[in-house]
Amino acid sequence: MMAQSAPQSLWVATLRQMLRNKLAVASLAIVLLYTIVALLAFSGLIAADWKAEVGGSYAAPSAQNWFGTDIFGRSVLAKIIKSTEVAMSVGFVVALIAITIGVALGALAGYFGGIVDECIVWFYTTIASIPNIMLLIALTFILGKGILAVYIALGMTNWVELCRLMRGEVKRHKDREYLQAANALGASHLRKLCRHILPNVLHIVIIRFSLIFQFAIKSEVILSYLGLGVQGSPSWGVMIDDARVELTRGIWWQLAFATLAMFLIVLAFNILSDALRDALDPKLKGK
Amino acid sequence: MNIYHYVIRRMLYTIPILIGVTLLIFLLFNVVAGDPTIVLLGKHATFQQMAELRHELGLDRPLFIQYLDTLKSAFTFDFGRSWSTKQHIMQVIKGGSYASLTLAVPSFIIASLASTAIALLAAFFRGTWLDKSLVIVSVVMMSISVLAYILFGQWIFAYKLGWFEIAGYEYGFPDFVPYIILPAIIWIVLSIGPDVRFYRTVMLDEVHQDYVRTARAKGLSNRVILFKHVLKNAMIPIITNLVIQIPSLILGSLLIENFFGIPGLGNITLQAINNSDFPVIKAMTILSSVAYITFNVITDVLYTLVDPRIKLK
Repeated sequence: MMAQSAPQSLWVATLRQMLRNKLAVASLAIVLLYTIVALLAFSGLIAADWKAEVGGSYAAPSAQNWFGTDIFGRSVLAKIIKSTEVAMSVGFVVALIAITIGVALGALAGYFGGIVDECIVWFYTTIASIPNIMLLIALTFILGKGILAVYIALGMTNWVELCRLMRGEVKRHKDREYLQAANALGASHLRKLCRHILPNVLHIVIIRFSLIFQFAIKSEVILSYLGLGVQGSPSWGVMIDDARVELTRGIWWQLAFATLAMFLIVLAFNILSDALRDALDPKLKGK
Repeated sequence: MNIYHYVIRRMLYTIPILIGVTLLIFLLFNVVAGDPTIVLLGKHATFQQMAELRHELGLDRPLFIQYLDTLKSAFTFDFGRSWSTKQHIMQVIKGGSYASLTLAVPSFIIASLASTAIALLAAFFRGTWLDKSLVIVSVVMMSISVLAYILFGQWIFAYKLGWFEIAGYEYGFPDFVPYIILPAIIWIVLSIGPDVRFYRTVMLDEVHQDYVRTARAKGLSNRVILFKHVLKNAMIPIITNLVIQIPSLILGSLLIENFFGIPGLGNITLQAINNSDFPVIKAMTILSSVAYITFNVITDVLYTLVDPRIKLK
């Protein structure tokens, strides 16, 4: 029973600490809001008609069109909402891919050691040796343009740091007494890894998830700007790209609102990762 | 073991990594990417034309031989010719590196000094309003898109206020200066956010070490402890961070170069993307990876020289 309640209390304590931190609560609220907007846009309840003409070309923000309109008279607000869906899906899917690869390879390398470890270390050192932006460009370029290529390219480039951390942590836990005990009870490798070690290193995964999420959003915008990203759907990057020509004509609203929308969610994730790290990482206590 | 043995061993370790990198790049560009003749000749090419072009590009040889070419290029830097401009790629790269470096080197140096200084300030006044506001400002700065800095910076300071050149470049020493000031400022602003945060953490890690407690017990002032003891020890992770960034300097900031029309390596890469110019992208990827690996070795060797505690293994 003790073993059962101890890990829970860590999470409860984490939650308590997070709730005391007003900035973290606000960030969590922003993330939730963006998630809801993204889900509503995904289900087609809002912004499904983002292609519709709602006013003249390049109408400034007004009571009717809060965020103004673009060249084709489409509502910038609707485009921002639709882009939120794209950005959040990229963040989520990329974090999921990167974490799956990072945790699996990191755990295998740390747990089994030996030749398995050496191969995995070689593999991630290889990936890490290619500058991120070049690998991203190469991958999206080769996989063809589109959101699927963005998912895969960003997923493939963001797991290395997590893998390195996981490998180190799993290695440290492998020789602990609780694992010797599990060993003595005849637990299988899989059970030892999943039931015993993983819950003890889960905090790293959660912190990384938040970091990868925001990094993926930022990268998607740059890739879309380079023309390697999302096609046929609005995206903050595409909107910022449009703004390049528009700015000289004094049309600032697409750029401003796309930047602001992106800024808020990235800032929220940045603050959230810090708060999570403070709450979950015992080594940082008191700093 | 002496330092020469260590250097040689460390260099031998790079061989499997180099093989891995070239293999990955080869697989991506030559195997996954499929037949480039369709891209080059368009939809209406005959089989005859495609076969001839494949022969010309050496694509009809066994994959292993083609891979050896890729591996060899990592050492000889002979990347062949560009598909779009037909120039020798290495010459294009040499031409571009001048413009890239005139922007990258000053920006990099000023940005590194500024971030270290700001991080020291934050560490010195840790826990006070100054430290907290510096942390908040750097998190906020990190959260703004690169594109926003460039676009708004260019629009406000160059276009509206006319303080700087909007875009362009001229070769030769004093001539390029007016063109790189605004890009350099944007570059510095971009790197200060993440760097300050990282360096501050590094310094605070040191502040909690035993030797700091000893120094304090001896009665040393906070200032001496921070500038003499903490800074020296914090320099190791800081230098690592700086050296690791050097290869990406070679690329310059892709986006900054592109926006300000600086004909550097970043711009060359972006043009290659627009033209589907495989060999150029491949060359830039190989080159930047080789630079990364080389600088990694240099950092490791520097460590052993700087920090006597690191054992040569």
